[in-house]
Amino acid sequence: MAELAAASRPRRRTAALLLAPRVMFGSVVLAALAACAVAAPWLAPHDPLAQDLLYYFLPPFWSEGADPLHPLGTDSLGRDILSRLIHGARAATIVAVVAASLACLLGTALGLAAGFLGGRVDMAISRLVDIWMAFPPVLLSVVLVAVIGTGLAAVVVAIVIVDWTRFCRVVRAEVMVQRAQDYVAAARTLGLSRFRILAGEILPNLVPLLIVLLTLEMGIAVVVEAILSFVGLSVSTDAPTWGGMIAEGRTNVNQAWWLMALPTACIVVTVIALNMLGDGLRRALDPVLRR
Amino acid sequence: MLAVEALVMEIGRGARAERVLRGVSLTLEPGEVVGLVGESGAGKSMIGRVVLGVAPPAARVVSGSVRFFGEDLLAISERRRRALLGAEIALIPQDPMSALNPVLRIERQITDVMRLHLGLGRRAGRARALELLEAVRVANPARVLRQYPHELSGGMRQRVLIAIAFACRPKLIIADEPTTALDVTVQRQVLRLMRDMQRSAGSGVLFISHDLGVVAKLCNRVSVMHAGRVVESGPVADVVERPQHPYTRALLAATPRYDRPAEALVPVPAELSRRLWDEARALDGR
Amino acid sequence: MSPLRYLLTRLALAPPTLLGVAIIAFVVLRVVPGDPIAMMTPPGAIEADVARLRALYGLDRDILTQFAIWIGAVPQGDFGTSISLRADVLGLVAHALPATIELCLMAILIAILAGGSLAVLGAWRRGAVEAAIDAAIAVVQAIPDFLWALILVLAAVLLAGTVDLPISMRVDPRLELDNATRFLLAEHLLRGRFDVVADLLAHIVLPAAALALPLTAVIARVLKASLVEAMAQDYVLMARVKGHSRAAIILGHALRNALVPTVTLTGVQFTFLVGGTVLVEKIFSYPGIGWLAIDAVINRDLPLIQGLVLTFAALFILVNLLVDLSYALLNPRLRHG
Repeated sequence: MAELAAASRPRRRTAALLLAPRVMFGSVVLAALAACAVAAPWLAPHDPLAQDLLYYFLPPFWSEGADPLHPLGTDSLGRDILSRLIHGARAATIVAVVAASLACLLGTALGLAAGFLGGRVDMAISRLVDIWMAFPPVLLSVVLVAVIGTGLAAVVVAIVIVDWTRFCRVVRAEVMVQRAQDYVAAARTLGLSRFRILAGEILPNLVPLLIVLLTLEMGIAVVVEAILSFVGLSVSTDAPTWGGMIAEGRTNVNQAWWLMALPTACIVVTVIALNMLGDGLRRALDPVLRR
Repeated sequence: MLAVEALVMEIGRGARAERVLRGVSLTLEPGEVVGLVGESGAGKSMIGRVVLGVAPPAARVVSGSVRFFGEDLLAISERRRRALLGAEIALIPQDPMSALNPVLRIERQITDVMRLHLGLGRRAGRARALELLEAVRVANPARVLRQYPHELSGGMRQRVLIAIAFACRPKLIIADEPTTALDVTVQRQVLRLMRDMQRSAGSGVLFISHDLGVVAKLCNRVSVMHAGRVVESGPVADVVERPQHPYTRALLAATPRYDRPAEALVPVPAELSRRLWDEARALDGR
Repeated sequence: MSPLRYLLTRLALAPPTLLGVAIIAFVVLRVVPGDPIAMMTPPGAIEADVARLRALYGLDRDILTQFAIWIGAVPQGDFGTSISLRADVLGLVAHALPATIELCLMAILIAILAGGSLAVLGAWRRGAVEAAIDAAIAVVQAIPDFLWALILVLAAVLLAGTVDLPISMRVDPRLELDNATRFLLAEHLLRGRFDVVADLLAHIVLPAAALALPLTAVIARVLKASLVEAMAQDYVLMARVKGHSRAAIILGHALRNALVPTVTLTGVQFTFLVGGTVLVEKIFSYPGIGWLAIDAVINRDLPLIQGLVLTFAALFILVNLLVDLSYALLNPRLRHG
């Protein structure tokens, strides 16, 4: 009985930590974002590309002269800000999910190979990571997109190429640690193949770590997408992205500050939410930190 | 000069609080060396810390008093305590390897206490530091002043710490296991040195140690502690020659002596220790 | 190894590193698609004109010859001619670099002062103050410099009328300047032209703050953790029983020990800060090398990009050298060991 109670205690603590405010906040924001991404055409009150040059620079609802049809106002071409923000959430979510997952996949695969195979493979991969880390990441992604061409796919590829090292380094280090532990030796004496040990014994132990890294990487991806749109290298200019809206807003910031403020706020809230979620998940899932 | 009376302390709060001192009393007069002996966990270091006012934040005085020349050390202001510490009350710490600041030169670590309390200038401070290092028999004191702690041996560092403790000629020195971390040969030199320094400065020393043999050589009086209580106290000769309490006897049997082979040492019996712990806890009244 | 020898070794390693960076940059930029000549010529340009321009910039040769020509010219201070700006690369970089250096130094100054004060305050006043500082640090650190730059631009616009801070350029163009160097801030400070200094400071404070904020959080967090750890050491207990005040103990005894890990990390983060100038200068239209870089990339201005990449790499190496040097100065065990 006593043993059973002791075994269930960490689980209960994990559950409590998963309900912690920071995790809840992060999850709610992410859910809202995902809803916007999926249901953008139905949620948005207007066509995000429809221009109405008679009603440009309409202020948002809290200021005088606001138009209830455009609750967050219109931009320099009379397009509805709220609709553009909702469609921008779609671009942000796609980039965040796809880019972060692919970076995670590539980095984890290489990290596992380096950590588990060791020797020359490890040497080669570690050198590659070192060289990669020597380039300023922002400049590298800008160069990459300039090379690959614009569009969401190019942004995703650029993020994956720049950021796989984050996963690779951590996974490699973790595999090295896990490999030295007793349960791997035990699995070996049972005659399990190297692949079985890797997939069945080591990988499950990496999952919590990967979830945390993935969450944080999604935050980074949202910012990188915004940066690339901001310098005019992301999606074609009329498709709404938060970064693109910020770039347009920056040029008109003295006439209509909210054009820049609203998409900036969206990114800041998203990034903080993802950070809190990642931090909260780490506290809940990381056994070392929990001790 | 120093009077600790019926001091009761505990660590932690509420139901999880653990008594560490259970009504300890002791006195110390100017120029006197009083030993405080016991195994680890007996609470002897805690007394030193309370006198210095640097007990851990979780520790709490339940009852009793600590008086220094009649002044209640438990009730004085932070400012008054800072004026006393270093000037009137000083510490010789246990571990010379970690008690010196690794990034500061020895000169600064000796002079800062004198500049703070005696108002010495840079030049006067250095001159006095040189004297002090000579007094603690450090070879080439001028060179040592320019060195960093990592360049000195453990024995040298302890000499420097003794120099620091005696720098302002304090009335009371708390020596908390000052030789425990040192080699046996160095131990003897450092003990002799402390004795000489104490005599010439006329300071009173509270000598905290687990080693009854060392205490017997150095001290005038001794208090034997166990489980937060003083089980026996008196002049050293009496306690060592005619121990009254069974624990003192057990401790003596466990102490190495020149006239006794190491094989003859008997550790303190676990049975006795347990019985004394139970007795002590029964006094807590909970 | 003596610090001097260590430093010389590191200095000797700088040229090969720079050569490596130059080679990689050259190869990457040449194998990528995208034609700088096509970017600078109008859509209907005559084929012969394009070919002439290509030959003018040496782009018609094979990559090895191009590299040989370029690397041969670099030691003579000839970094080629910018294709998009039609000006000497060395001149462009030399003109813009002082602005970036002043910006980075200002940013690191802000980060050290703000982060250091927060750390000391947090270590001094445990409890509620510390918890508030921790929360603030977590939020500040979560937001990258790019977003801070945007937030500060917005703040400046919204506060216009109360606090007027310019959000673009380096200095008010209406001011009459007769500067000898491009280190405008340092020069005018030395010459006592405080009207110009005030204007320069007003321009530099927002971009510098945007760069400094994430670093401030890092410094505050690491330094506070090291300070709290140092405060638990025996030598701090020793300082307490000498009668030192809490302030004197933190500043005089604990801080120097706590600085060692902080300096190392600050050095690493400082290279990120230098990389961050690319975006922050773009957002604030601040005319430094970062501002040049984005447009150079978009325009496929190969000679300019190469010059800028080399400059950034040299800055990184310099920063790392300075960090190693300060590390040795702070830690006596390293100095003699």
